[in-house]
Amino acid sequence: MEKFTKVTGIAAPMPLVNIDTDMIIPKVFLKTIKRSGLGVNLFDEMRYDRQGNEIADFVLNKPQYRAAEILVAGDNFGCGSSREHAPWALADFGIKAIVSTSFADIFYNNSFKNGILPIVLPQEAVDVLMKDAEKGSNARMEVDLEAQTVTSSDGEVFNFEVDPFKKHCLMNGLDDIGLTMENVSAIDSYEATAKAQFPWI
Amino acid sequence: MSPKTLYDKIWDAHVAHESEDGTCLLYIDRHLVHEVTSPQAFEGLRMAGRKVRAPEKTIAVPDHNVPTTLDRVSGVIANEESRIQVDALDKNAKDFGIHYYPVSDVRQGIVHIVGPEQGWTLPGMTVVCGDSHTATHGAFGALAHGIGTSEVEHVLATQTLIQKKSKNMKVEITGKLRPGVTAKDITLSVIGATGTAGGTGYVIEYCGEAIRDLSMEGRMTVCNMAIEGGARAGLIAPDEKTFEYCKGRPHAPKGAAWEAALAYWKTLFTDEGAHFDKVITLKGEDIAPVVTWGTSPEDVLPITATVPAPESFKGGKVEAAKRALDYMGLTAGQKLTDIQIDTVFIGSCTNGRIEDLRAAAEILKGKKIKDGMRAMVVPGSGLVRAQAEEEGLADIFKEAGFEWRLAGCSMCLAMNPDQLAEGERCASTSNRNFEGRQGYKGRTHLVSPAMAAAAAITGHLTDVREMM
Repeated sequence: MEKFTKVTGIAAPMPLVNIDTDMIIPKVFLKTIKRSGLGVNLFDEMRYDRQGNEIADFVLNKPQYRAAEILVAGDNFGCGSSREHAPWALADFGIKAIVSTSFADIFYNNSFKNGILPIVLPQEAVDVLMKDAEKGSNARMEVDLEAQTVTSSDGEVFNFEVDPFKKHCLMNGLDDIGLTMENVSAIDSYEATAKAQFPWI
Repeated sequence: MSPKTLYDKIWDAHVAHESEDGTCLLYIDRHLVHEVTSPQAFEGLRMAGRKVRAPEKTIAVPDHNVPTTLDRVSGVIANEESRIQVDALDKNAKDFGIHYYPVSDVRQGIVHIVGPEQGWTLPGMTVVCGDSHTATHGAFGALAHGIGTSEVEHVLATQTLIQKKSKNMKVEITGKLRPGVTAKDITLSVIGATGTAGGTGYVIEYCGEAIRDLSMEGRMTVCNMAIEGGARAGLIAPDEKTFEYCKGRPHAPKGAAWEAALAYWKTLFTDEGAHFDKVITLKGEDIAPVVTWGTSPEDVLPITATVPAPESFKGGKVEAAKRALDYMGLTAGQKLTDIQIDTVFIGSCTNGRIEDLRAAAEILKGKKIKDGMRAMVVPGSGLVRAQAEEEGLADIFKEAGFEWRLAGCSMCLAMNPDQLAEGERCASTSNRNFEGRQGYKGRTHLVSPAMAAAAAITGHLTDVREMM
């Protein structure tokens, strides 16, 4: 996994609440057996008409947001289906961080596994950053994971919380399975105990 | 010892390792796998030269992509991408030696219906699947939740998940339900009360007389939609109904092992005085048959209500409601019972079990669906289908004008050919009314099986109580 330290880039505003993973990547694109190449279909039904033409007023189709690396989104981003295709599509498009007041649990976890940092901030902070994102490509927002800050283009700084273990993995691009394997003896001993205690499992 | 919730007890019994910061390796007892969220995980194992750590605890079944038309018995899936995914699961199940129910097996069906039916899901277990509706299995007092594909790979390789504990939430439904009100109406009403993010960060325990009174099928319907309220998992403490349901299932323990399991299962309840971080209480008597009007499961109202005005909401929901009404082709103030529908779907992991089919058939008996209505029943598994045929339910559906299909996820997410066309409007027993969920620009109204049957007859959303 790619390491995440700091991103300074264009932020796209998506104020709609409850953006679900069906919106992020519609089911027709779940038939792939690969992880790559989904960026072109990110937000497909909002982004293209049935003939495959871009819908001009969709935010990521606007010239100033085509190279966005940050999303500022409405409440409860990523709700619904557990499909990891959602963060795969976001990452493939080039999104590295998402700011919202809240994220759905499964999407939140899936993001960290794919080098995307979901940032939870209070409503007032998200409102400020939403306005900042609306300024377009001249307004660069900065996300610093080490310092746990988001800085608006005007220099206003917002601190955010992140689980230390998730932060560590993301900053170092660590593979979860490799880390867990270091504790394989604990799993072995759990299994031995459980076999005696819960033999029917 | 301080009193524990049911969630605390199951959690504590599965921690294989805990780091100083509270990050745990949670041991997984059952890993359910389907064809859509697993190919990349198996590929990851192959690339790293890893094996499945506990193939005997890993169960796979294709469900999302499979056609439900009767001609699928030829074994060929016409859509090439769907076929590749199902073929990949066939191969992965064989290569890694995991339990498998192929499309041709009568036991095939939706993974969340097959697990309990075959006795894989038992009280006190941890159950995961690369599917958000894994919450269904919580009906057995099992800690069950959806995971992403990276986590699927992690569980395949290590039989554990890296987790931090969620908070405890209690949802109590007191008293009795009124006639015509079902488990679906309970679970939708809870989401209506809490919102789709109300359960985020929590594991819900459903309790109260109305929950106790539900059958196992009804309890599965309630827990299934915990995720639509934002909670990863929903739980119901096991009781005699649970034990009765499990007893004799192919993979349930037998003999002395059954007795030992039973003794343990009887300890799985929330202790008196245990702490909940959040408590929601609804009166069973206050719950009506409900229907969704918008594009989020929280957009739910009693069938007797009218379409709300977007201005009646607050914050970001105002814009979301405007967008939803536009998408759904509805106007504020319109009576919900005036909404005309053209499609009815009965099925899914929410409402594809035998009791659901019985409830719908009860309404449909001796009646015909409205002219021009497209109506289909997709049983949740081959065994549910067989039982419904034996009970004569299939004949009732067919005589009423319903298509009687083979098992799969079908129009719940429309990955197979069962889809809504642009502008079509469906009364659906599934779990999500998101934009495009049942087909591009398709419109979904979530309802109970009985309400779906009533709508099929009249051609519009209908208060089932008028037909009882």
